[in-house]
Amino acid sequence: MTHGNEIVIGLLNVVIGLAVLMAAAGLLTWIERRLLGFWQDRYGPNRAGPFGVLQVVADGIKLLFKQDWIPPFADPVIFVLAPAISMVTVMLAIAVVPATPMIGIIGNLNVGLLFFLAMSGLGVYSVVLAGWSSNNKFSLLGGMRAAAQMVSYEVFMGLSLVGVVMLAGSFNLTDIVHSQLHLWYVVPQFIGFVVFFLGGIAETHRLPFDLPEGENELGAGFHTEYSGMKFGMFFVGEYIGIIVVSAMTTVLFLGGWYGPLLPPFLWFAIKTGFFVAFFILLRAALPRPRYDQFMAFGWKILLPLTLLNILITGALMLAGPAI
Amino acid sequence: MLSSLVTLWYTFLHLFQRNVTVSYPDEMPYLAPRYRGRIVLTRDPDGEERCVSCYLCAVACPVDCISLQKTEAEGRWYPEFFRINFSRCIFCGFCEEACPTYAIQLTPDFEMSEYDRQNLVYEKEHLLISGTGKYPDYNFYRVSGLAIPGKDKGEAARERKPIDTRSLLP
Repeated sequence: MTHGNEIVIGLLNVVIGLAVLMAAAGLLTWIERRLLGFWQDRYGPNRAGPFGVLQVVADGIKLLFKQDWIPPFADPVIFVLAPAISMVTVMLAIAVVPATPMIGIIGNLNVGLLFFLAMSGLGVYSVVLAGWSSNNKFSLLGGMRAAAQMVSYEVFMGLSLVGVVMLAGSFNLTDIVHSQLHLWYVVPQFIGFVVFFLGGIAETHRLPFDLPEGENELGAGFHTEYSGMKFGMFFVGEYIGIIVVSAMTTVLFLGGWYGPLLPPFLWFAIKTGFFVAFFILLRAALPRPRYDQFMAFGWKILLPLTLLNILITGALMLAGPAI
Repeated sequence: MLSSLVTLWYTFLHLFQRNVTVSYPDEMPYLAPRYRGRIVLTRDPDGEERCVSCYLCAVACPVDCISLQKTEAEGRWYPEFFRINFSRCIFCGFCEEACPTYAIQLTPDFEMSEYDRQNLVYEKEHLLISGTGKYPDYNFYRVSGLAIPGKDKGEAARERKPIDTRSLLP
């Protein structure tokens, strides 16, 4: 393959990847409402277009034509910056996820895993800054909760992946998938899988860990003061975040694109879609814990569990090359 | 922790249950014959107005949405106007209960939305229907003892002749 071809393929990946991602995030707003509807014995939005798909378009038009209001008491620069951070960080995070060896923007990055963790860590800034710059009590409480939540989940979320890295011997996500050819890491790293997924829920601020938003206590939490497309950006960010975490879970624990019969990309999409649906099921089923409960859960149960997981994985790797 | 998983499972099972939603304009709900909806004024089998302007409905109405005015013609009482303000009406059915002549009746129809509030005030010509409603055979003036042109005292259905108080005959 010549150098020019590589550039073209790379650019195609970026452009198509971005388009598909945005479309998927938009569609996800509709999928979520439909699925929530079915799980609550109702239909959900089914009026606009076939099965209500055009609801996405209607919502987009509505958001674009809403008044884009910056409250006079807010800090305008940070207020505008916060939703942008929310979208940029998740979109950078998905750049390192390899859908297949060919599809994926920088799937071969040699520190892909660390890059993902770094970007997801930065994503918290959007929530904290939004809550802080809104200059509103509810927003501030939401932002503070986001900070508190970040402190509790970021530690065990990072540590839960150490086991995978030890087994694969690489931070490169493509290599991690390759090393799962015979056995998906969900089997030897089951604790890591569960803990990472819980961390992922907290990371995307989804129910049951949507403490920064907490509609019934905080109005709308950190985005109380946001309207129009800035509000929409937080939500696109959140939905892309769901896709990112689902895709990462697939890549790290479910063998990425590996699977029988079907083409690789389809396997990747099916596995990711499964986790996306599970995210929505969590929202339909579980209540939100108090935030001290969540912190206690993180520090007292999940963190020791993760450390134990690393310890056992290391011990088994030293004991024999069986794994 | 376990209960959370059980909750998840049961919520998931709802995917396979029938939705409780009735997609209303597409599929119409069944309304019982005695459903309390739009109020009508009915006619007796002879095609005359049943309402005798007794004001009982207006008295019974808890929100005072009925107003009418009595007038008299050929020995009968009629409402000169009969007005129901449906923006006030709570469809309690008390007027129907109070009506001694089965004139005012509630029907299984609730589709009476308007863009203009004034249009919710129904006059007699809007309320009056050509049929008898729920009581096809009832005719107040045929069963009551009141004398009207063409029907003297004692000529109503199931009515005896008036007793001649001046006669000693049994």
